[in-house]
Amino acid sequence: MFKTLRQIGHIGIVTEPPPPCDEMLRVADQLQSRILEVLGRALCIRAIDAGSCNGCELEIHALNNPLYNIEGLGIRFVASPRHADLLLITGPVAKNMELALRRTYDATPDPKLVVAIGDCGCAGGIFGENYASCGRVSNVIPVDVAVPGCPPNPRQILSGILTAISRAGAATPGSRSAV
Amino acid sequence: MALQGWFDRAGRQTESNMGAAIRGMPGARGLTVARDEWRQAAEDMAAGGGRLLAHWASRDADGRNIVRAAFIADAGVLVLSLPLTAAEAGYPGIEQWFPAANRMQRAVADLSGLRTTDADGRPWLRHAAWPASFHPLIDVSAPSSPAMPAMDNYAFVPVGGDGVHEIPVGPVHAGIIEPGHFRFSVVGEKVLRLEERLGYVHKGIERRFTEFPLLGGHRLAARVSGDSAVAFSWAYCQAVEGIAGEHVPPRAAWLRALALELERLANHLGDIGAIGNDAGFAFGLAQFSRIKEQLLRATEQALGQRYLMDFVVPGGTRVDLSSSGARLLAESIGSIMPEVDTLRTIYDEHAGLRDRFAGAGVVTQALAARLGLTGLAGRASGQGFDLRCDLPCAPYVDLAPRKVMRTEGDVAARVAVRFDEVAESARLVRRILEGLPFGLHLVDLSIPGEGGLGAGLIEGWRGPVFLALEAGAGGMIRRCHPHDPSWQNWPVIEHAVIDNIVPDFPLINKSFNLSYSGHDL
Repeated sequence: MFKTLRQIGHIGIVTEPPPPCDEMLRVADQLQSRILEVLGRALCIRAIDAGSCNGCELEIHALNNPLYNIEGLGIRFVASPRHADLLLITGPVAKNMELALRRTYDATPDPKLVVAIGDCGCAGGIFGENYASCGRVSNVIPVDVAVPGCPPNPRQILSGILTAISRAGAATPGSRSAV
Repeated sequence: MALQGWFDRAGRQTESNMGAAIRGMPGARGLTVARDEWRQAAEDMAAGGGRLLAHWASRDADGRNIVRAAFIADAGVLVLSLPLTAAEAGYPGIEQWFPAANRMQRAVADLSGLRTTDADGRPWLRHAAWPASFHPLIDVSAPSSPAMPAMDNYAFVPVGGDGVHEIPVGPVHAGIIEPGHFRFSVVGEKVLRLEERLGYVHKGIERRFTEFPLLGGHRLAARVSGDSAVAFSWAYCQAVEGIAGEHVPPRAAWLRALALELERLANHLGDIGAIGNDAGFAFGLAQFSRIKEQLLRATEQALGQRYLMDFVVPGGTRVDLSSSGARLLAESIGSIMPEVDTLRTIYDEHAGLRDRFAGAGVVTQALAARLGLTGLAGRASGQGFDLRCDLPCAPYVDLAPRKVMRTEGDVAARVAVRFDEVAESARLVRRILEGLPFGLHLVDLSIPGEGGLGAGLIEGWRGPVFLALEAGAGGMIRRCHPHDPSWQNWPVIEHAVIDNIVPDFPLINKSFNLSYSGHDL
């Protein structure tokens, strides 16, 4: 126990400032004023791998590490779509996952946001559309923000999430109040 | 005929150019067998300690079906090919000797329409998105798929008895992980039986390969399983360079090994933290994910990418390593490793972790050998195989990696193997950075001619990554079969969880950390 505490004290707080929003990532402006009123700045995310190579998952995982510290921003990943405000979706949508994705979307209460992650989620990526792949996420469910990259790095993903929950035209999200 | 006999015959056949020579990876031989020899060969392989590497189907230039199986033994790698006549839509199954062949054979039936004589005829990768009459690797035009695929009624094996109930989990899981379905049959908290249903992230990779030029397929290979990008793209390049008859310069081989060890380090560090977290030790996740991030940032500064997706290219590596990049990586390893040692002591001394890790998800040595458990998980169950030591390609001959092995086969053993391999990979990275030969990091590769059969075999962080490649006309890929070790190891998890409690499943599953994408293709 002593060693654990010493290690915690030794490392200290390593969290970095969050990236700015990027309006270029916004694909649809559905004016989510209602969701923002409801949420304030607390947000629950349900991550869904709809067919990715798992590269994007590695970078989404990194959001939880102490340097990006997404929970410090009031954002956390939840286990059920019924608890979620935002769906974070990776991969070209595999046809074998299409039904599960639609059901997960339907199970998420309105109003909800959808952020597509990675070149595959944005445009089908290297896999494209074929007998087993529906291609981009927006071919299956509506998408608010799309973050390209293969894989996008954690700052880009975080920027996409913050863009989704900021009002269109707003600049940088507020300071890290929870830290 | 014993195992060695098949290898000898393959050697003679290759010499007389009767069988297709397997080019690329070291120590591979090809052998074309007759229908009545297919099962005999498999039986002899099993009896002689051979292990099934991969099984897939292909077609020659004349449209004749060929089923192939790759076996690995002390003598090397043997790729058996069984050509089928037009009248034969089936071939003899080998599940009896290699249980892992079950799902591979069912995948062959789904994708190529060739069935085996084995009993389990359920579809595997095909759910309800396309009809059973459509075989993606054979039929040219895809049928128009239904507007929305229906639920498929997969025939899970039912478990009866007093108080038995089922818990279905997935495909969408509670966490940031890939999709798959697990069907638990439990009594109280205890798992009587687990049946896996995979294939959810099947996205047509093998068919997609045929739309790529031979010199461009490494990009798709790197995305078969993103966490093993280096292993797959290296295996691909080994195969394509073999078909082209070229060797990469020594510096390129060393840089590839550097990338492979960095990939191993990043995954192992992440896993050790995540396994700790699954046992309720959030501190472990915080610490190891921070250390992993440090390593990824150093990798990005030195080689231009956090994850080395397109680093290995045909002919060498995409970028060279500068002396300042090498210094930076060395410093990063130098600062990371003392921290890992400190954390290992904390893990080892933590009573709560020891309690959760020891005796959870045991795979005994005998079971591991019978089921063909491979790679990292295999080495935690006494299956002491590591291609970097057993069948080394350049530069591992010079690097002489130390093999890591445990025999307990529980979560604790799989964590210990990771810790030991982190230390060993760190040593290898240092050794590579010190001894990196000068010279070119990339050479031009001529476009390989039609008809060549190449293979690549690389010890990725999870286990042996195998890839078979056939060159088509016009510099295009005719057939590419990438094979992740998860094919072998997924069925073993079904056994590892028996008699464990349901809440321990995430921990046991994470201790294997298998790929869905690499398996579903």
